[in-house]
Amino acid sequence: MSILTLDNLTKNFGGLMAVDHVSLSVKEGEIFGLIGPNGSGKTTIFNLINQFYTVTEGRIYFQGTDITHKKTFEIARIGVGRTFQKVKPLKRLTVEDNVMAAAFNREATFAGARKAARDVLKFCHLDDVAMMKAGSLPIGGRKRLEIAKALATRPKIILLDETAAGLNPGELDEAIGIIKDIRGKLGITVLIVEHIMKVIMTLSDRIHAIAHGATITEGTPEEVAKNPAVIESYLGSDYNAEEFSNAEN
Amino acid sequence: MGENKKMIQFTKWEIITLIGAIILPFIFDFSPYIQGLLIFIMLWVILGSSWNLLAGFTGQVSFGHAAYFGVGAYTAGLLYFHFKISPWWGLLLGGFVAVIFGYLLGIIVFRLRGPYFALGTLATGEILRLVFGEEEWLTNGHNGILYMTTWVSKYPYYFVGLALAAASVISIKIIMRTKAGFYFLSIREDEDAAAALGINTKKYKNISMAVSTFWAGIAGAFYMIYMGFIDPEVVFSLHNISILSILVGIIGGVGTVWGPAVGAVTMVFVQELFRSALFGLAPQWFSGLHALIFGVLVIVVILFMPGGIMGDWELIAKRFRKSTRAESEA
Repeated sequence: MSILTLDNLTKNFGGLMAVDHVSLSVKEGEIFGLIGPNGSGKTTIFNLINQFYTVTEGRIYFQGTDITHKKTFEIARIGVGRTFQKVKPLKRLTVEDNVMAAAFNREATFAGARKAARDVLKFCHLDDVAMMKAGSLPIGGRKRLEIAKALATRPKIILLDETAAGLNPGELDEAIGIIKDIRGKLGITVLIVEHIMKVIMTLSDRIHAIAHGATITEGTPEEVAKNPAVIESYLGSDYNAEEFSNAEN
Repeated sequence: MGENKKMIQFTKWEIITLIGAIILPFIFDFSPYIQGLLIFIMLWVILGSSWNLLAGFTGQVSFGHAAYFGVGAYTAGLLYFHFKISPWWGLLLGGFVAVIFGYLLGIIVFRLRGPYFALGTLATGEILRLVFGEEEWLTNGHNGILYMTTWVSKYPYYFVGLALAAASVISIKIIMRTKAGFYFLSIREDEDAAAALGINTKKYKNISMAVSTFWAGIAGAFYMIYMGFIDPEVVFSLHNISILSILVGIIGGVGTVWGPAVGAVTMVFVQELFRSALFGLAPQWFSGLHALIFGVLVIVVILFMPGGIMGDWELIAKRFRKSTRAESEA
């Protein structure tokens, strides 16, 4: 069953088509990858789903309900959590208080929220730094804090926006493990935007590729990796391996 | 955050402070002048706490808290002026009328963010000052409102003020351990991130505004009851109310529960120290410095302890301990 559906989603920034009639459908329980070169509209799609931007045209459905014109906080309340590529920690609060603020989305009491927050912190390997100010976390911790905050709202689907970018190899494997567990242990559907191919190829069940705001192709990681249009959009149309090697001589 | 599950738990120092404030008048035989200062400290604790909830904890920096202080004062004053109803009734009502004003003005100013919000609130305070000055049929204009105070002694006012001040600080201490408190802090840190966490930022800004304006209104009504006289220039004053609320908050510690109380004591003490020309020890021209000195104090606080006295308490205590240790070793 489809949990999140984009139907001809379009965003027009005063003449610039940032997202151009994109349609995709994320099934419940899958890890769905969204890829594309810089500026192809991936983050814009996330910002449309959680209503930071208003949709120009098209529809967004969550579990069959039209959520195209709901408010940002309502999107989070019905069960769509998201992280930010440009991380947004609540800097002057401790890591635990950050996650508690998110946990109050489902918990009414202080004790309940704190228990929920501690579970999530452990899940994201942040329990050691729970009492640190979020602003003093290094980048690896900040990326995991993004995931922790989104998880603490207890979403049905989580949108991960480049949560692996800027991580060192060790942190990268840790992040991959956490994302796997989000689906495997928590049973939460994942929609992931990522540049690092290692992450997206090992994790995704299906991948949707876009360029200049429009769909190129959709399929399994193998299919997408072999698709000439995908290679072209990443490397340019005049890319030619032979020419390239000749030029070097 | 402590380990307890209770809504509120008082530290040793909080209980000592409260008991100390209660028995203080029984220990010392204060002159009416000192009694007056103590009452003003209580007034500023309420008003400072009010400003601090909205600005310090929720990040909505108000430059117009005189609006709600004035509305509270005039609620008590006008009930007496028009209907001969005791301003004591206005004490409670003043809080609620201020909440209504806060909600209505909030519809306008909450559309603004950051410095624009500050300017918007500054304007609301000034507009109310002018309106209350001009609409004589309702407010008696610049003639103000006069009321024969209930008690000759100042001690009853001190205890009323103390009760209100304690209630305002405790109410904020409780709120900051609830969902609403966490939401206020989230909004302060990042409004967009807060919304993405499922926080209805508009609703919670209004809740913060309501509690804040309630206490500002109470403070205003209490001022009316105690002073027995108000006019628009006094209770809607930009520099004597709105700006001083901010300074009390900054010196005491923005976004700390006890900051406004510490700020109130500091502010009243420093102000009187200079206004009285070091209690008569310095030449008369010295008293003219009080406004200047207070400005300098605020600059020093912002530069060297941006968290205020309470916010940077650890830092101050550490420095103090170090210097006393150095002295004892020498």
